[in-house]
Amino acid sequence: MEYLRAFVVGGALCVVAQILIDKTRLSPARILVAYVVAGVILGGIGVYGPLADFAGGGASTPLTGFGYLIADGTKKAVDAEGAVGIIKGGITAAAGGITAALLLGMLASLVFRSKMK
Amino acid sequence: MNADNKTYARYAEKRAKKSPVLQNCIRAFTVGGAICSVGHALRTLWSAAGLSEDNSGMMASVTLIFAAVLLTGFGRFDEIAKYAGAGTLVPITGFANAVAATAIESRSEGLVAGVGAKLFTVAGPVIVYGVSAGAIYGAVYFVLTKLF
Repeated sequence: MEYLRAFVVGGALCVVAQILIDKTRLSPARILVAYVVAGVILGGIGVYGPLADFAGGGASTPLTGFGYLIADGTKKAVDAEGAVGIIKGGITAAAGGITAALLLGMLASLVFRSKMK
Repeated sequence: MNADNKTYARYAEKRAKKSPVLQNCIRAFTVGGAICSVGHALRTLWSAAGLSEDNSGMMASVTLIFAAVLLTGFGRFDEIAKYAGAGTLVPITGFANAVAATAIESRSEGLVAGVGAKLFTVAGPVIVYGVSAGAIYGAVYFVLTKLF
Protein backbone atom coordinates (compact mmCIF):
# COMPACT_ATOMS: atom_id res chain seq x y z
CA MET A 1 0.00 0.00 0.00
CA GLU A 2 2.82 2.41 0.83
CA TYR A 3 4.36 1.60 -2.56
CA LEU A 4 1.06 2.39 -4.28
CA ARG A 5 0.98 5.76 -2.49
CA ALA A 6 4.57 6.46 -3.58
CA PHE A 7 3.71 5.44 -7.15
CA VAL A 8 0.56 7.55 -7.44
CA VAL A 9 1.92 10.72 -5.80
CA GLY A 10 5.26 10.52 -7.62
CA GLY A 11 3.54 9.74 -10.92
CA ALA A 12 1.09 12.63 -10.44
CA LEU A 13 3.95 15.10 -9.88
CA CYS A 14 5.47 13.89 -13.17
CA VAL A 15 2.14 14.31 -14.99
CA VAL A 16 1.91 17.96 -13.88
CA ALA A 17 5.37 18.57 -15.38
CA GLN A 18 4.43 16.67 -18.58
CA ILE A 19 1.37 18.89 -19.04
CA LEU A 20 3.54 21.99 -18.46
CA ILE A 21 6.04 20.76 -21.09
CA ASP A 22 3.35 19.92 -23.65
CA LYS A 23 1.17 22.99 -23.13
CA THR A 24 3.64 25.76 -22.31
CA ARG A 25 6.87 24.57 -24.00
CA LEU A 26 8.81 25.25 -20.79
CA SER A 27 12.35 23.91 -21.15
CA PRO A 28 13.36 20.97 -18.92
CA ALA A 29 15.79 23.24 -17.02
CA ARG A 30 12.96 25.66 -16.21
CA ILE A 31 10.77 22.77 -15.07
CA LEU A 32 13.51 21.59 -12.70
CA VAL A 33 14.02 25.10 -11.28
CA ALA A 34 10.26 25.55 -10.90
CA TYR A 35 9.97 22.20 -9.10
CA VAL A 36 12.75 22.95 -6.62
CA VAL A 37 11.33 26.41 -5.81
CA ALA A 38 7.81 24.96 -5.59
CA GLY A 39 9.14 22.36 -3.14
CA VAL A 40 10.67 25.10 -0.98
CA ILE A 41 7.41 27.10 -0.99
CA LEU A 42 5.17 24.06 -0.37
CA GLY A 43 7.54 22.94 2.39
CA GLY A 44 7.57 26.44 3.89
CA ILE A 45 3.79 26.77 4.07
CA GLY A 46 3.54 23.31 5.62
CA VAL A 47 1.92 21.43 2.73
CA TYR A 48 4.80 19.21 1.63
CA GLY A 49 5.62 17.76 5.04
CA PRO A 50 2.31 15.88 5.38
CA LEU A 51 2.61 14.81 1.72
CA ALA A 52 6.09 13.40 2.45
CA ASP A 53 4.69 11.48 5.44
CA PHE A 54 1.90 10.13 3.23
CA ALA A 55 3.84 9.27 0.07
CA GLY A 56 7.40 8.53 1.28
CA GLY A 57 9.57 8.03 -1.79
CA GLY A 58 6.75 9.45 -3.94
CA ALA A 59 7.38 12.86 -2.39
CA SER A 60 11.13 12.66 -1.71
CA THR A 61 12.23 11.35 -5.13
CA PRO A 62 10.78 14.16 -7.35
CA LEU A 63 12.76 17.39 -7.40
CA THR A 64 10.09 19.08 -5.28
CA GLY A 65 11.37 16.77 -2.53
CA PHE A 66 14.80 18.36 -2.96
CA GLY A 67 13.18 21.78 -2.40
CA TYR A 68 11.31 20.45 0.63
CA LEU A 69 14.58 19.11 2.03
CA ILE A 70 16.07 22.63 1.70
CA ALA A 71 13.06 24.28 3.40
CA ASP A 72 12.89 21.69 6.17
CA GLY A 73 16.65 21.88 6.80
CA THR A 74 16.52 25.68 6.95
CA LYS A 75 13.61 25.58 9.41
CA LYS A 76 15.37 23.09 11.69
CA ALA A 77 18.63 25.10 11.57
CA VAL A 78 16.81 28.35 12.45
CA ASP A 79 15.08 26.56 15.32
CA ALA A 80 18.39 25.23 16.63
CA GLU A 81 20.78 28.10 15.92
CA GLY A 82 18.71 31.19 15.17
CA ALA A 83 19.57 33.57 12.33
CA VAL A 84 22.73 31.75 11.16
CA GLY A 85 20.46 28.84 10.25
CA ILE A 86 19.05 30.98 7.43
CA ILE A 87 22.28 30.63 5.44
CA LYS A 88 23.36 27.23 6.80
CA GLY A 89 20.37 24.95 6.93
CA GLY A 90 19.31 24.62 3.30
CA ILE A 91 22.52 23.55 1.63
CA THR A 92 23.46 21.39 4.63
CA ALA A 93 20.28 19.35 4.20
CA ALA A 94 20.82 19.08 0.44
CA ALA A 95 24.57 18.38 0.72
CA GLY A 96 24.43 14.63 0.03
CA GLY A 97 22.44 14.93 -3.18
CA ILE A 98 24.44 17.90 -4.48
CA THR A 99 27.82 16.30 -3.73
CA ALA A 100 26.79 12.96 -5.24
CA ALA A 101 25.54 14.58 -8.45
CA LEU A 102 28.63 16.79 -8.89
CA LEU A 103 31.15 14.08 -7.96
CA LEU A 104 29.54 11.31 -10.03
CA GLY A 105 28.96 13.68 -12.97
CA MET A 106 32.63 14.70 -12.89
CA LEU A 107 33.80 11.07 -12.65
CA ALA A 108 31.44 10.09 -15.49
CA SER A 109 33.13 12.65 -17.76
CA LEU A 110 36.46 10.90 -17.12
CA VAL A 111 35.15 7.37 -17.64
CA PHE A 112 32.64 7.76 -20.49
CA ARG A 113 33.11 9.27 -23.94
CA SER A 114 30.54 11.48 -25.60
CA LYS A 115 28.54 9.88 -28.40
CA MET A 116 27.73 13.29 -29.88
CA LYS A 117 30.87 13.46 -32.09
CA MET B 1 1.52 3.57 -54.23
CA ASN B 2 2.36 7.19 -53.62
CA ALA B 3 -1.24 8.04 -52.92
CA ASP B 4 -1.43 5.14 -50.52
CA ASN B 5 1.59 6.36 -48.67
CA LYS B 6 0.13 9.85 -48.42
CA THR B 7 -3.17 8.50 -47.21
CA TYR B 8 -1.38 6.41 -44.65
CA ALA B 9 0.79 9.33 -43.55
CA ARG B 10 -2.32 11.46 -43.05
CA TYR B 11 -4.02 8.64 -41.18
CA ALA B 12 -0.98 8.08 -38.98
CA GLU B 13 -0.68 11.78 -38.31
CA LYS B 14 -4.30 11.99 -37.29
CA ARG B 15 -3.95 9.01 -34.99
CA ALA B 16 -0.76 10.36 -33.49
CA LYS B 17 -2.16 13.82 -32.96
CA LYS B 18 -5.34 12.52 -31.38
CA SER B 19 -4.03 12.75 -27.86
CA PRO B 20 -0.26 13.01 -27.66
CA VAL B 21 -0.64 14.89 -24.39
CA LEU B 22 -2.72 12.11 -22.85
CA GLN B 23 -0.28 9.46 -24.07
CA ASN B 24 2.70 11.47 -22.78
CA CYS B 25 0.96 11.87 -19.42
CA ILE B 26 0.27 8.14 -19.11
CA ARG B 27 3.93 7.39 -19.87
CA ALA B 28 5.17 10.08 -17.46
CA PHE B 29 2.84 8.74 -14.78
CA THR B 30 3.87 5.09 -15.09
CA VAL B 31 7.63 5.61 -15.44
CA GLY B 32 7.73 8.46 -12.89
CA GLY B 33 5.60 6.47 -10.47
CA ALA B 34 7.83 3.42 -10.93
CA ILE B 35 11.00 5.44 -10.22
CA CYS B 36 9.40 6.88 -7.08
CA SER B 37 8.41 3.38 -5.92
CA VAL B 38 12.02 2.32 -6.41
CA GLY B 39 13.04 5.43 -4.43
CA HIS B 40 10.69 4.33 -1.67
CA ALA B 41 12.11 0.79 -1.69
CA LEU B 42 15.65 2.20 -1.49
CA ARG B 43 14.69 4.29 1.55
CA THR B 44 13.33 1.15 3.21
CA LEU B 45 16.50 -0.78 2.31
CA TRP B 46 18.89 1.91 3.59
CA SER B 47 16.96 2.25 6.83
CA ALA B 48 17.03 -1.57 7.22
CA ALA B 49 20.80 -1.23 6.83
CA GLY B 50 20.77 0.89 9.98
CA LEU B 51 20.68 4.47 8.67
CA SER B 52 18.53 7.18 10.29
CA GLU B 53 15.38 8.32 8.48
CA ASP B 54 17.07 11.47 7.11
CA ASN B 55 20.14 9.57 5.97
CA SER B 56 18.18 6.74 4.33
CA GLY B 57 16.27 9.36 2.33
CA MET B 58 19.55 10.97 1.32
CA MET B 59 21.14 7.64 0.37
CA ALA B 60 18.04 6.64 -1.63
CA SER B 61 18.56 9.81 -3.68
CA VAL B 62 22.29 9.13 -3.99
CA THR B 63 21.57 5.59 -5.22
CA LEU B 64 19.15 6.89 -7.86
CA ILE B 65 21.69 9.56 -8.87
CA PHE B 66 24.34 6.83 -9.24
CA ALA B 67 22.02 4.70 -11.40
CA ALA B 68 21.04 7.68 -13.57
CA VAL B 69 24.68 8.73 -14.10
CA LEU B 70 25.60 5.15 -15.12
CA LEU B 71 22.67 4.94 -17.57
CA THR B 72 23.67 8.35 -18.95
CA GLY B 73 27.28 7.22 -19.39
CA PHE B 74 26.23 4.09 -21.27
CA GLY B 75 23.89 6.16 -23.44
CA ARG B 76 20.75 4.39 -22.22
CA PHE B 77 19.16 7.24 -20.26
CA ASP B 78 18.06 9.19 -23.35
CA GLU B 79 16.21 6.15 -24.72
CA ILE B 80 14.18 5.87 -21.52
CA ALA B 81 13.73 9.66 -21.31
CA LYS B 82 12.46 9.82 -24.90
CA TYR B 83 9.68 7.44 -23.92
CA ALA B 84 8.99 8.72 -20.41
CA GLY B 85 9.30 12.50 -20.86
CA ALA B 86 8.72 14.16 -17.51
CA GLY B 87 8.63 10.69 -15.92
CA THR B 88 12.43 10.62 -15.83
CA LEU B 89 12.94 14.40 -15.68
CA VAL B 90 11.07 15.21 -12.47
CA PRO B 91 12.59 12.54 -10.19
CA ILE B 92 16.15 13.19 -8.99
CA THR B 93 17.26 11.04 -11.96
CA GLY B 94 16.56 13.97 -14.33
CA PHE B 95 18.83 16.27 -12.32
CA ALA B 96 21.59 13.64 -12.26
CA ASN B 97 21.23 13.01 -16.00
CA ALA B 98 21.47 16.73 -16.77
CA VAL B 99 24.68 17.01 -14.72
CA ALA B 100 26.33 13.87 -16.12
CA ALA B 101 25.31 14.46 -19.76
CA THR B 102 26.68 18.01 -19.86
CA ALA B 103 29.86 16.90 -18.07
CA ILE B 104 30.48 14.06 -20.55
CA GLU B 105 29.69 16.22 -23.59
CA SER B 106 32.01 19.03 -22.49
CA ARG B 107 34.98 16.78 -21.65
CA SER B 108 36.62 17.74 -24.97
CA GLU B 109 36.61 21.41 -23.88
CA GLY B 110 38.89 20.58 -20.95
CA LEU B 111 38.57 19.63 -17.31
CA VAL B 112 38.18 23.18 -15.97
CA ALA B 113 36.47 25.27 -18.67
CA GLY B 114 34.68 22.17 -19.99
CA VAL B 115 33.64 19.67 -17.33
CA GLY B 116 34.03 21.91 -14.28
CA ALA B 117 32.05 24.80 -15.72
CA LYS B 118 29.47 23.07 -17.96
CA LEU B 119 28.55 20.60 -15.20
CA PHE B 120 26.60 23.51 -13.74
CA THR B 121 24.58 24.29 -16.87
CA VAL B 122 21.45 22.76 -15.33
CA ALA B 123 22.65 22.02 -11.79
CA GLY B 124 23.62 25.68 -11.31
CA PRO B 125 20.16 27.20 -11.80
CA VAL B 126 18.55 24.44 -9.71
CA ILE B 127 20.98 24.99 -6.82
CA VAL B 128 20.96 28.82 -7.10
CA TYR B 129 17.18 29.14 -7.02
CA GLY B 130 16.62 26.27 -4.60
CA VAL B 131 19.13 27.58 -2.07
CA SER B 132 18.01 31.21 -2.54
CA ALA B 133 14.36 30.30 -2.06
CA GLY B 134 15.38 28.34 1.06
CA ALA B 135 17.28 31.32 2.50
CA ILE B 136 14.37 33.70 1.80
CA TYR B 137 12.01 31.24 3.47
CA GLY B 138 14.46 30.95 6.40
CA ALA B 139 14.53 34.73 6.82
CA VAL B 140 10.72 34.93 6.77
CA TYR B 141 10.48 32.00 9.20
CA PHE B 142 13.06 33.61 11.51
CA VAL B 143 11.22 36.95 11.55
CA LEU B 144 7.84 35.32 12.15
CA THR B 145 8.92 32.90 14.88
CA LYS B 146 11.80 34.61 16.71
CA LEU B 147 10.91 38.29 16.55
CA PHE B 148 7.23 38.09 17.36
